[in-house]
Formats: sequence, C-alpha cells, structure tokens
Amino acid sequence: MYRSHVLVCGGTGCTSSGSGAIIAKLEEELKKNGLEEEIEVVKTGCFGLCALGPIMIVYPEGAFYSMVKAEDIPEIVTEHLLKGRVVERLLYSETVTENGIKALSDTNFYRKQHRVALRNCGVINPENIDEYIAFDGYKALAKVLTEMTPEQVIDTVLASGLRGRGGGGFPTGKKWQLARNLVKDADQKYVCCNADEGDPGAFMDRSVLEGDPHVVIEAMAIAGYAIGATQGYIYVRAEYPIAVQRLQIAIKQAREYGLLGKNIFGLGFDFDLDIRLGAGAFVCGEETALMTSIEGNRGEPRPRPPFPAESGLFQKPTVLNNVETYANIPQIILNGAEWFASMGTEKSKGTKVFALGGKIHNTGLVEIPMGTTLREVIYEIGGGIPNGKQFKAAQTGGPSGGCIPAAHLDIPIDYDNLIAIGSMMGSGGLIVMDENNCMVDIAKFFLEFTVDESCGKCTPCRIGTKRLYEMLEKITSGNATLEDLDKMEKLCYYIKNNSLCGLGQTAPNPVLSTLRYFKDEYIAHVTEKKCPAGVCQDLLTYKIIDIKCKGCTACARGCPVGAITGTVKQPHVIDTDKCIKCGACMAKCKFGAIIKE
Amino acid sequence: MVTIAELDAIKEKLKHQVALRKEAHAGTQIVVCMATCGIAAGARPVLRALSDMVQEKGIEDTSVTQCGCIGLCDLEPIVEVTTAKDGKVTYVKMTPEKAAEVIEKHIIGGEVVKEYTING
Repeated sequence: MYRSHVLVCGGTGCTSSGSGAIIAKLEEELKKNGLEEEIEVVKTGCFGLCALGPIMIVYPEGAFYSMVKAEDIPEIVTEHLLKGRVVERLLYSETVTENGIKALSDTNFYRKQHRVALRNCGVINPENIDEYIAFDGYKALAKVLTEMTPEQVIDTVLASGLRGRGGGGFPTGKKWQLARNLVKDADQKYVCCNADEGDPGAFMDRSVLEGDPHVVIEAMAIAGYAIGATQGYIYVRAEYPIAVQRLQIAIKQAREYGLLGKNIFGLGFDFDLDIRLGAGAFVCGEETALMTSIEGNRGEPRPRPPFPAESGLFQKPTVLNNVETYANIPQIILNGAEWFASMGTEKSKGTKVFALGGKIHNTGLVEIPMGTTLREVIYEIGGGIPNGKQFKAAQTGGPSGGCIPAAHLDIPIDYDNLIAIGSMMGSGGLIVMDENNCMVDIAKFFLEFTVDESCGKCTPCRIGTKRLYEMLEKITSGNATLEDLDKMEKLCYYIKNNSLCGLGQTAPNPVLSTLRYFKDEYIAHVTEKKCPAGVCQDLLTYKIIDIKCKGCTACARGCPVGAITGTVKQPHVIDTDKCIKCGACMAKCKFGAIIKE
Repeated sequence: MVTIAELDAIKEKLKHQVALRKEAHAGTQIVVCMATCGIAAGARPVLRALSDMVQEKGIEDTSVTQCGCIGLCDLEPIVEVTTAKDGKVTYVKMTPEKAAEVIEKHIIGGEVVKEYTING
C-alpha cells in the first residue's frame, strides 16, 4: 500500500507546460530513493489553476506545488517525500500561512467554487476505471437499472432543473422526454455527446474528458436507458488528442467490465459507445451539423424542425447533450433532484464551469454555483486584473456571445440574466478585457473567426458575415462614416434573422453588444480617427518626446525598418512614412520617451 | 461482466487508499519523525507499517504524515499520535512491531501504550 499519493496534473494545460517530464523525473527519483512502493504517482485531470502549471499536489499533507520544474523534483523527493519537510518555496503562495499549509479549499481561487461537473478532475487517475468506481462511479447507472423506470429517470432530470451546458440552456429532462415519447415505434434511437468544443478560450469539456472520462460514459448509458437507445456516439474534435486517448482507454475499460455492451450488470440492458472525431469545424458544434458529420457527410446544418428528438442521427430519434451537461447527470441521480435544484438561481440550477482567460491573474477553469456575480468571479476567484489596470469588459459566450461592461459586474450570472444584458452563457468561455483592449478590435476578432468558420450553406451567414467584417475593417482603418455604423447595425439584424443555424444567428452578437455598450469607441474611430485603447494600428502614430529622449540610440537600433534617425545624445525622430507601427522602439526605450496616440 | 456486488467490492477495496486524497484531516494524526536521525534509526519501516495498517484496517479520519527532527535524536524513531481523547502522545524508539501494537491498542482500542511512550 502507498502511504502518500502525488497527484500531477496531466491535463492539456499542464502537459504543455511540461508535466510529462515531471512525472518521468518523479518516478526516476522515487526509484533512486527506494520510495517507489511507498509513494504513488497519479496522473490526473485539470485542477483548474492552469496559470500556475505544472501543478502537483502531495497527499496526505495536501501540499500544493505550483510551477514545478523537473529540476525541483529531486528536492521535493528527498526533502518532502522522504523526510517530510514540505518545500515551502515551491508551494502555491496562497496556501502558505504562518501555521503551515492552508487547505486548498480555503484559498481565494477555490473557496467560492463548487465542483459538481469537475468533482473528479484533479482527484482521480482518469485512466483507471477502479478509481472512478472508488468515487461512486457507475453507482448511478446501477441505481437507475435496478431502482428506477425510464420515466422516473426523466422526471428526476426534469425536476433537477438541469439545462443544457453547451450554450442553449434547453432543459435536459425535456429533451430526454421528447426523445422518449415523440416517436413511439422507432426501431433505433441514439444518444450523442457534443464534445466539439469550439469557442476560442473555452476548454471545460476538454477538461472533463481528460480528467473524468467515465462520467460521460456513465451518463450517456443512463440517457440511453431513459430514452430507449442502445447506441451512443461521442463527437470529439481531433485537436484534443489527450481527451480522445483517455476516452478510448475509458471505453475499453468499461467494455472489459461489461459496463458497456450487452447485458450491463447482468440486468438485460444493452448500450455501447463509439467515438467520432471532428476535423475542427466550428459549425459542427451545431447539433444538426454535428449529426450530419457523424453520418459521414460534410458538416453542414439543416433547418429545424424536425428536431433531433424526432428525427436526428440517421433520421432516428436522438438525444444530443454537451459534455458538461452529462457530467452532472450521475450526481443528480445519486443525490436527488432536490439536491441539484438547491443550487443556483430560480431558473438556472446547479453550477457552471467557466474558462477564465484574458487579462486576469488566475487563468484557468472554475466551477461556480449559478447566481455568483461576475465581480466575485473576476476579483475574488480570478484574482483581479494584472498590472493595476482597469476592468473594461468581460466577454462570455465566445463568437456567439457579447461583452458585459463594468456597469453589470454585480449581476448574478445565469442563463436569463446574461441574455437580458445582450450576452449569453455559451459554453462558458469568459475572457476579461482591460483598458488596453479596443472593443472594435475585439468585435473584429470574433467576426474574423465566424467568417472563417461559416460553412457557406446559407447566404446571410456566408456573405453577411464577410460584409460585416469588411465594415469593421473600414472602421478600424479610419475610413468609415457615421452612416456606416447605422448600416452595420441593420446588417447585424438581417444576418440574425435570416441565417439557417445558430452560427449565423448569433454571429453578429459581438458587434451588437459592443455597439450597445461601447458606442463611444466606435464613434472615436469614425469621427476623430483615433483608437482610444491604442490598438488599431492604422489610427496610431508613434512619437518621440524631445525632452524625455536621452539620445541613447536604443530605439534606432531596434527599429526593423530604419525609420528612426538622430545622433547620439540628441533627441531622435520617427519618420512616420517609414514607420510600420510595430512598437519595437517603444519596447526598447528605457526612458518612456516614446508614445503612441 | 461486473455485477453490482462486484462494483461495490472494487469500491470498498480502493476506498481507504483514495481516502488519502481528502483534504484537512481533522481526526487522528500520526506523525513520524523522518529527519536524517529518524531515518538512520529506522523510521522508514515504522512509517510504512503505520500507513499500511491504517489503510488495511480501514481506519477512518486518520492521517499518517512525517515531520522533521524534533531534537530528541537518541530516542528515534519517534512517532507522535494526536487524538481528541488523549491529546498528543509521543512514542519513542519505535519498531514496526511496536507500531502495530500502537495501532491496535491506541488508535483502535483507545488505550495509550504507556510503556512505549517517552514517559514510559
């Protein structure tokens, strides 16, 4: 038996910051010190604090090491694991107190979090089904097969108030009920999982698949029992290699245990799963396009109705839920609908996972009860904005969502409140912007994304988003008139009202919401030909302030196009015709003598 | 094929092992001094025995951790046991066999094994 467990994050974030090398070094050092039979190294999923990766936590002490390097491992092994002296300099500073280590759950980052969907992420080894079982895994499946009728399962999910976590927010129980009842004599039904997470900056689904793949398998089997399906598909993007690999391992282990396949638990219920890899088209996150892609066709949406519950995959009744939605299901079955409904707001129950990104200290993954305010998320959990900058806006919902200005920081986050202020929950990307972000540029960024990702099937989206993007370019290059702003708004509504699928219908949202809250920035670009945040290059000029310039020549040497002239110890000058506005001179200047305006 | 009974058995088997990963052990604490002096005197097999027994016997709410040198090097291996009932008890010159006795009598039975303590 092991006396200590060392959990090392093996999520994509920490893997890319080198956790693989740490695990290898750790195993080597443990062997060298003869500790390999006393200490177990567990590769887990995401802990959430990706900004501080690679992350390593040692139990039973609960010592949380952050930004660990392979060179630190010998010290951790000989000092901590052998002699029991925690290596304080490597601990996450928030957990260090005068009286020893503070529990991770008491730190600002974790205190307000409530982990339901992520409960096993960073706790279990996702490649070992036994560990999932040790944390009540597959117990919910056993419960529904032995104690509940399919109708009772659906009623429980309905009563819990769980809504789709992929962005739409449709009640999950309702979806299941429709798939069970709409078509009575279907010879086959399907359960699908949407793991085609495409919003820039959102990675909660990936983290669930990487950290706790069995929860999705279990939940899909439960959904299969509830609607009467025997086959499921998980549609996951090929860009998530770690998630795909762990899912494959999980499915294999579940089959070996007979938890997938024929006659599960010997109770006469059959259910099996297959993985379908997506090639990375954003539109395949839309349900009809996703199913078209599973069928082997080019991923394009089709009009609804008929809805998937009636005619979905291969024209059979289909339930399609998002990864995070499924991750809640086993907990709802085990703890009851009331338990789940006790969390959250009146119409949005439970928790939601957000991927914090942008101008924020604690970049990473957080799970909070619905109804938490944006201020709590950004300033308490997220640790605020770096470099003492001012908060300007938070972007939620990715390319389909909108920007929330400072005035709405205290609104409780839930589906309906976000829509009321012109944004949306989306899949849970939350990008924080400060005073140095230009809101027109942000809108342009998201539009560029949707122009790229529009599948081209319908004209309003294919051509409309392109024209919209061109209008934004006109604004950021200083060539637009105020009339263009009105035209642009009109075009936004046209695209929204006439596009075939959710991609086009929501593509103008970033433009509309920035127009709503930051119109003054648009107007500054148009009338004054200035970018207030100093981002849009065409509207900027770099200048050297004579009296501050010491004539050190650093800028002239750093300029890649030779646009700066001047003699030593004399103020230099930038030739604005030659200047390409790369900002290299500003970075080189030690005296703050170069400004952009 | 796994039956529900087998599923429960797997869970039971691993439960005490993964219990290590719980945060903030409020209950009984067993601390083994593992500085160079402790290790030289044989603290590692003692630690190993204590940790194995806690898990094997499924003793709940009990953590086994290490500490550095407490300054009584000639009495190593030293084990400090803190329970709600008896407070901190310091056992000295421990061996794996003595450790097993402490687990049985003190941790499970609730009776301090006086002869092994520093005052014994």
